[in-house]
Formats: sequence, structure tokens, C-alpha cells
Amino acid sequence: MNHIALKMLMGDKGKYFGIVMGLTFASLIMTQQPAIFLGLMSRSYSFISDVGLPDIWVMDSKVQFVDDIKPLQDTELYRVRGISGVEWAMPMYKGLLKARLTDGTFQTCNVIGLDDATLIGGPPLMLDGKLEDLRRSDGVIVDIDGARDKLGKPSLIPGGQPVALKVGDSLELNDHRAIIVGIAKVTRTFQSQPVVYTTYSRAKSYAPRERKLLSFVMVKAKQGQDPAELTRRIRDNTGLAAYTQAEFMTLTYEYFMHNTGIPINFGISVLLGFIVGAAIAGQTFYNFTLENLRQFGVLKAMGTSNWTLLRMILLQAVLVGSTGYGLGVGLTALFGYLMRHSILAFKFPWQLLLFSGTGVSLICVFAALISIFKVIRLEPAIVFKG
Amino acid sequence: MTNSSLAVRCQNVLKVYDTGGQKVTALNGVNLDIAQGELMMLVGPSGCGKTTLISVIAGILDQDSGCCEVFGEDLLSLSNQKKLAFRARNIGFVFQAFNLLPSLNAAENVSVPLLINGIKRVEAERKAVAVLEQVGLGNRIKALPSELSGGQQQRVAIARALIHNPKLIVCDEPTSSLDHETGRNVMNLLKEVALHQDRTLVIVTHDARIFEFADRIAKMDDGHIIEVNKINAPDNLTPELI
Repeated sequence: MNHIALKMLMGDKGKYFGIVMGLTFASLIMTQQPAIFLGLMSRSYSFISDVGLPDIWVMDSKVQFVDDIKPLQDTELYRVRGISGVEWAMPMYKGLLKARLTDGTFQTCNVIGLDDATLIGGPPLMLDGKLEDLRRSDGVIVDIDGARDKLGKPSLIPGGQPVALKVGDSLELNDHRAIIVGIAKVTRTFQSQPVVYTTYSRAKSYAPRERKLLSFVMVKAKQGQDPAELTRRIRDNTGLAAYTQAEFMTLTYEYFMHNTGIPINFGISVLLGFIVGAAIAGQTFYNFTLENLRQFGVLKAMGTSNWTLLRMILLQAVLVGSTGYGLGVGLTALFGYLMRHSILAFKFPWQLLLFSGTGVSLICVFAALISIFKVIRLEPAIVFKG
Repeated sequence: MTNSSLAVRCQNVLKVYDTGGQKVTALNGVNLDIAQGELMMLVGPSGCGKTTLISVIAGILDQDSGCCEVFGEDLLSLSNQKKLAFRARNIGFVFQAFNLLPSLNAAENVSVPLLINGIKRVEAERKAVAVLEQVGLGNRIKALPSELSGGQQQRVAIARALIHNPKLIVCDEPTSSLDHETGRNVMNLLKEVALHQDRTLVIVTHDARIFEFADRIAKMDDGHIIEVNKINAPDNLTPELI
């Protein structure tokens, strides 16, 4: 009877294509919108995830998220270094500074100052130049997206694309000359500002004069030292906040979730996508069963049991569901791939596949159940009605 | 006539439909016996209860009261599962609108009753081809219903009703969608191929042109059998049935 179920499903190619397309569209909007949302939210902590070496981030106890800088005195670095279980502790400056471009306009940049000696906390991938080149006079490293776009030189053709900055070009950061010694690839941040890496001491000279300029202390735990235990010890001994990398990412993510309108605004769009997708998929499959109700009635009259009809409908639901889902997530993945070099935020983790897969399965099972209910209640005597 | 030679015995069968709070009596104490090997036609005006009666006889509708025995089985007393199995084994259907599954070809459509009875697909389709040859459609086994004429579709439906060798075939207006000649061909086919001493045919029809094929004709009106006329019934059919 499975053969008959499949033939009933695929016999009318146009109808079958319509059902699969309905489910494909449902899967697409159920995965694409959340993927953009996740991509956007992951940008909130992308700076933290890009810095791979330290186990623990130490900061002022009032810091709420990664861009909420409340500077520390430089002496805090030495206090942290003095705590047992700390392998090393390095300073980091992080602040927003204005860069003056060659056409005279200003662009706010995220300036990162790295420990002069070790350069710990540098960009994850160098595309041109070397990290060590930061030691050269006035050297800075600029992220590729910033270099191409917001920090780019004016186009030679009116209205054309900006000309990307390259190694050897110069910038003016807060009235200080900076020479580009490298181009790096970093994950886009939430505000998508250009990222400029330099040394800690040079960053302090670029920054406006303040009594305290140390943004974070990055800590590596000694081998065998439990980072969670070490964070507790740092907190107890210094009164500062200390988080493991994962905790700091969560803190930032939670801040954006609870204190910005993004989750609500985007969440509504995701929810609507899910509901619309569910409605389309459910309605499409339910209509298919309704159209075949007479055929099910004929099978029932000829002695097919409800259990067999139920199996047939479930088989049809599983087949169209999995085909539509596969095509839908495939299109979402293709969309993400094609947009990978654009400003669009996109993150497609396996959990999202599971989420949308569960969603599509629930829709199909729900639609199938309503259809099954209809078929089970079906009087086989309808076959004698004209 | 003994009970063992009866295919169908209906006694005081009552069926009332509840249509939106309004009670409609479709069968109002129907009494009818149909012998094995007989071709019985049920005739009467629209709404007289013919279709309801064959639905009860075929076991796809339960009467409200009275008894309907088919080959000695009181269908109302059977569990759903047993009734399904009984229908699958013993009853063949021919419908006015053919009711072939549009996405299955002729051989696949004919094989459906065997699949329902648990026969493997290859074996079922092999038998289907043989039955299609018997009804003169050996050259159209791969044709979809949409590629067949009305007469050919009805022949496929007859082949489907025959393939599992049921003891009773119920036909609902089998010729009313067909022209006169095709209708006669279908009736000839039913009489020649479907009807034999172990198989009974019950045909609901309005089509007076095919009355001559009947052994007996039961005329219905207002939920009753008002008369039963002998047409071609052999003398050995007991007079008390008439």
C-alpha cells in the first residue's frame, strides 16, 4: 500500500511540486530569518570570540557588555598578575576613536590596543602584513571590511566604489598619524565599525587623555587550574569582574537580548515567519488529503483499515516534509553562502537545523493528524455518492 | 430455498439519516432475499433508498435496526476489523463514477483489492494483467484512467471488482455515465465474466435499457421494496423470493 500512497502523492506532478514548494518556502522562512537573527546576535560578542588565547576577561565590576567600557587603572593589571593560578595577564585597550579620512570626513573606529610585548588579543587572521609589524613606528592593522568600505579612499570615478586602504596607506586617528602595516580579517561587530589594532601604549596616545585607560585584563590560567575557580579568586581578591570567555559572551548576548529592541522586533519577524510557514505547509498538505478524500474512501470501502490509511498518510507527510525541508534549508544555506561577503549577518548552526526540522516535522505531523482524523471519520459510503 | 443458498437476506432493515436535525428515513423496514448466482437490480426514483440499501448490503454502512446477513454473516454484529476483512475478501465494487485512482495505471488499479488482502505487488499486478485481458483491455495495462474512455474505465473497474474473486459484487449505476452501446457492452461483460453460480451481482440502476439483463428487479419507493419482478430468473430460483 506504500506504493499506492507514493503514487497518489506524486501522480499529479504539478500538485506534488506545489506541495513540496509550499513546504520548501515554509522551511526557507523558518530557517533564513532565525539565521539572520542569530547572525546579528552573534555579532554582539564577535570581538570576544575572535580573541582566542585568554581564558578569563577581567574588567570593572559594572561592565554590562563588551562595548560598555569602564576603564581601570593600570595598577589593576599588576594586582591580577599577583593572584595565584594566573599564568599571564595582559592589558587591552578598547575604545571608539574618530579617524579622519583623506577626503576630510570622520569615521568612528573601534581601536584595540594590544600588549606591546606579546601582542596578545590580535586579529584572528592576517590577510596582508604580520602582527609583529605593529611594532613599527605608528603602525596599525585595519580590518578588511573597514579598509574596503568605511575607511576606503574616495573613488577616482564620481559615485564609484571607495578605493580600499592597503598596507603603506596612512590614517589620522584623533590627530595622530597612523600607518597601515597590515590588513586583517575579523568577524563583523554589531555596529559594523572598522576595527583598528595597534599597541597598548600607542592606543593610549591616540585616546583622549584620561586618568584610567585600561579596558580589560586578559588572563591565562596556569595548566591544571580550573578557570571557573580562578575567576572566583580574581573577583574575591580584586573586587573586579572576571568572566570566562563563554561567560563574557553570554553576558554580552544577554545584555542585547534584555536591553535592546532587537529580540522583540526581530523575534516578531521570526515568529511570523514560523507561523506563516506553518500555515502554508499545514494548509497545503491538508488540502492535498482533502482532495484525495474520495480515493481514501474507495480504499476504505474495499477493506483498507484505518491503520493502513494512517500509515499511507504519514508516509506521504514524511516524504513531502523531508523533501520540502531539505530544499528549504538547502536554499537557506545557499543564501548564506552567496551573502558571505556582504554586510548581512547570517549564522546557521546545527541547532537551527534541528529547530526548523522539528518545526517542519510538527507541521507535517499536525496536518497529517488532522487529515488522518478526517479519513478515519470518513464514511466509506461516500463512494456511492455522485 | 435454504438459507445456505442465499447470498443476502435483509429483514426489516431500517436506516434513518440525521441531516442537520431533520430525520430522513432512507430504509423503512426493507425485506429482501437475494440468491447466490443471481443478478438482482434495485430500481426506483431518486432518494428511494437504493444506494443506502446496497451500502448496507456491502457492509459500508450500518443500519439502525433490522438484520442484514451476507453469506450468513450478520454484518452489524461484526467488529470493524472483521467487517473490513469480510469486505476485502468477499465484496467487489463497481461505481457510477468508476472511482479509479487517477495516478495508478490500469494494472495497478486492478491490483488494489489484492494488495489490500496482503498479496505482494508483483504477484497482484501479474494477476491484474490476466484479468484485464479477460475484460478485453490486455493492450491498455499501462494506461492511466485519464487516457481511457468511459467504457474502458468501467471495464477496468469491473476487473478490479473481480480480481480477488469476491462472492458478491455491488454496482452503483454502472452504465449511467456511458452511452447505450457501451452500457450494453459493460452489462454483457458483467453477465458473462462476473456472474456465475457462486457469485451474486446487485446492481442499482435507473437505466431501463439494461433491465433485460436482470434475473430479478426489486422496485423501491420511499424506503420500501414495493415489488420484485422476475425477468430472467430460472425456474429453479424459488418463487418465494419473487
